[in-house]
Amino acid sequence: MKKFLAVRIFNILVTLFVIATVTFFLMKLLPGSPFDEEKLADLSDEARMEFYARYGLDQPVYVQYAKYMGNLVQGDLGISYYYKGQKVESLISGRIGPSALLGVQATILGVSIGLILGMIAAFRHNTAWDFFTMFIAVIGVAIPNFVFAALLQYYVGLKWGILPVAFWESYDSSILPTIALSMMVIALIARFMRNEMLEVLQQDYILTARSKGLSQMKVIIRHTLRNSMIPILTILGPIVVSLLTGSLVIENIFGIPGIGSLFVDSIKVNDYTTIMGLTIFYSTFYILTVLVVDLLYGIVDPRIRIAGSKG
Amino acid sequence: METLLEVKDLNVSFRTQAGVVKAVRGVNFKVNKGETLAIVGESGSGKSVTSKAIMQLLPNQTATYDSGEIIFDGQNILEINDKKMEAIRGSEIAMVFQDPMTALNPTMTIGKQVAESILNHNKNVTKKEALQRAVEILELVGIPEPAARVNQYPHQFSGGMRQRVVIAIAIACNPRLLIADEPTTALDVTIQAQILDLLKDIQRKTGTSIILITHDLGVVANMADKVAVMYAGRIVEQGTVEEVFDSAEHPYTWGLLKSIPDLDADEELYSIPGTPPDLLSPPIGDAFAARNEFALAIDYEVQPPMFAVSETHSAATWLLHEKAPKLSTIVQEKESVRAKRKGKKNLTLAQPIIQVRDLKKHFRMSGDSYLKAVDGVTFDIKKGETLGLVGESGCGKSTTGRTILRLYEPTGGEVYFNGKPIHGDLKKSDENTIRQKMQMIFQDPYASLDPRKKVLDSVAEGIDIHKLAASAKDRKDTVQNLLEIVGLNKSFMNRYPHEFSGGQRQRIGIARALALNPEVIIADEPISALDVSIQAQVVNLLKDLQHKQDLTYLFIAHDISMVKYISDRIGVMYLGSLVELAPTDELSKEPLHPYTQALLSAVPTPNPKIERGRERIILSGDLPNPINPPVGCRFRTRCPYAMEKCGETPIWKEAQPNHWVACHLIE
Repeated sequence: MKKFLAVRIFNILVTLFVIATVTFFLMKLLPGSPFDEEKLADLSDEARMEFYARYGLDQPVYVQYAKYMGNLVQGDLGISYYYKGQKVESLISGRIGPSALLGVQATILGVSIGLILGMIAAFRHNTAWDFFTMFIAVIGVAIPNFVFAALLQYYVGLKWGILPVAFWESYDSSILPTIALSMMVIALIARFMRNEMLEVLQQDYILTARSKGLSQMKVIIRHTLRNSMIPILTILGPIVVSLLTGSLVIENIFGIPGIGSLFVDSIKVNDYTTIMGLTIFYSTFYILTVLVVDLLYGIVDPRIRIAGSKG
Repeated sequence: METLLEVKDLNVSFRTQAGVVKAVRGVNFKVNKGETLAIVGESGSGKSVTSKAIMQLLPNQTATYDSGEIIFDGQNILEINDKKMEAIRGSEIAMVFQDPMTALNPTMTIGKQVAESILNHNKNVTKKEALQRAVEILELVGIPEPAARVNQYPHQFSGGMRQRVVIAIAIACNPRLLIADEPTTALDVTIQAQILDLLKDIQRKTGTSIILITHDLGVVANMADKVAVMYAGRIVEQGTVEEVFDSAEHPYTWGLLKSIPDLDADEELYSIPGTPPDLLSPPIGDAFAARNEFALAIDYEVQPPMFAVSETHSAATWLLHEKAPKLSTIVQEKESVRAKRKGKKNLTLAQPIIQVRDLKKHFRMSGDSYLKAVDGVTFDIKKGETLGLVGESGCGKSTTGRTILRLYEPTGGEVYFNGKPIHGDLKKSDENTIRQKMQMIFQDPYASLDPRKKVLDSVAEGIDIHKLAASAKDRKDTVQNLLEIVGLNKSFMNRYPHEFSGGQRQRIGIARALALNPEVIIADEPISALDVSIQAQVVNLLKDLQHKQDLTYLFIAHDISMVKYISDRIGVMYLGSLVELAPTDELSKEPLHPYTQALLSAVPTPNPKIERGRERIILSGDLPNPINPPVGCRFRTRCPYAMEKCGETPIWKEAQPNHWVACHLIE
């Protein structure tokens, strides 16, 4: 197990190094910068050079790269080109709160409702229940979440006036965006859960369990759920990451100061250091989530535990 | 004797997309306390459905009980509510399933799975007590070190051990009726012997009644007190095991008994013609009439009732009606006319067509370990002979076949075809020749045909690759001809594989192998996926083709009785090495290697008298892990005669003329 973790962490570091390098050079390849010649035309040459020097842009690219990577190792993502004098890491940490709250809420809501709907569909296979839940699932995937967001804003926010339409003022502000975000998750999880449960219910060991005289409920709880969860974990990883790191569109629609809107803004203004910082942040988060999912696999499925401890 | 279970006029049907399938059509039988009833039948005969109906385990969305009663201990199981049925299931009636690899929950420890049943039926037992009891039961079914192993998961057990666990779950609450649904079909023959022994032992100790569902008449002869033969959803004959085996009255039972190869008889293997009827629309009269060579006119119109032959023996055939013609004379005439097996081939002077020398195939596993699937086998295949290769799963017999064909690149050793080397680097043209001259027939007729290809294109694939057809018409003619040779209608060529039965598909597979006029055919378990009556048809076809087209076969199988029937010589493999190779008669009469002796002894014969009397050599333990096999003689860990010297690898030597063996006991 220790060896497994050591290997995995080493792999993660290598992956992050590659991602950082690729992102850095991609940014350098892009035309344009926040400090285009024409925008700085009013400045004197001296002032301009000083300006470049402050951001380290006067040095050759390889020096910039070495510096950037050196800082990165110490957790320093550089200074934003746009938000004056602000460090990228503090920008991110200032914005993470709302995104994380929305993400956690949407994950819990989406996964639990999705699992329940999937289970209902599986147990009432080929009945109206099944068709109804799968109809919801199709809608959840087919209709983009910004359409849901707009509908929620119009009805719940404006017409009925139950919840705030937008902005980040109180806890109530988080409810509508959470619902809008979780629709997709509900749909995905419900569909997966239904298929997995149907698959597991066909297995011989369910017959063995029933032949012991266990009630339907006990068969489901003890023998079906855990085995159906294994493949769900696979899709859970990416879902959690995309929800926790903020949805670009939903945050913009609801005017929420989260990471998603920071990302969109920084792209609009060519704030390269922030873009790079966010990319690395997203990647790290993604890779760590995958690691957690893999460890969870081991807990849920003993067959994988053995394979893991050998490798 | 007291009746424990009585099934009266049971009718079960299933709703499917194609329509209503009448799977069980009026089944009647009784099981007395402490006795074993075997229900025999081929796939689709309704034997499994009957057993699941007793347990009320049929899917209630699709299955309906049209009529009938299942009376267990005085109450009709079909009428009681779910709660009461749950109390009976697992405690009064328990079940052992076919495939131990899938019958256990992979994410729950063995101990919990056994204890669960105990806890479920005993309200005042604590978890700890239940687990303690689980350890005792696991000990009873022969799991070594049960106290330590209760905390392990199913994947840490071998197939045979898992089946012991499944049995442990079934007997955890001392059921009065144990239903074993093909309990040994998925197991190797030496493990089968262990499990059958265990079931008998449990019955002796607990006095439980057993319903044994099986297709294997050898297992029936070994285990059963009474037999019920099922065909197309009905019981066609039942009686004591002696009555059914010695004086069967139903033509289907005759057919089944005669389909089993008997080495002493020198005639062609009997095969029941045709295939079972479609139960979507069961025939009006006797469902077996269309395949029955003795069918009377009335068989096609009226379903025969059960005629009692004795107090215990009855059969559903009009032949037993007092006005029916007396058959015994007709049968005898037919028997004598039946084609004699074309006398024994004289192969002592035949040249070897394939020579295998020290062939090795190692597969790389995770890390630096190697699975030595085949580790140095040496043998010849003579022109025109059938060499049978037998052994248990994982012994390397299939890998040997595939490596000879170079479907796997050999790790070491040499293979010669007609004296020319076919190992190492070959010219493209030479490789093409080998691919043409050696063909393969695969085990699974369902998986080995491309479902999106017409039969014509599947059979002609080799012809296309080797550009053997001059024109489209030529190609079509060849395929039509091939289909006729293997006994299929030539119009079948425009159909797709899903339209055919297993036996027909296997014939298509054979036609495909013949398409290139091969000299050697490697048949890898060609009949193990087929029903008994269909197996005989395919084996007869293979023998017939060999005779007509001068073919050489390497026949790989685990069914030893069939291999004995078809092969001129037999090689026995164990854990990647060949342990014995001899002419068939000699090997069966005088096996030299202890493993061969155990293997032959483990095969149950379809003869209750022999089965009752015989002492079986039951090997202890499982096959060792082939990644880390025992040093020296690989069999020594299970060999009853193991001695110090067995730590050295025994030499492959010709102990008697044409009889090769690798064992230190033989000098």
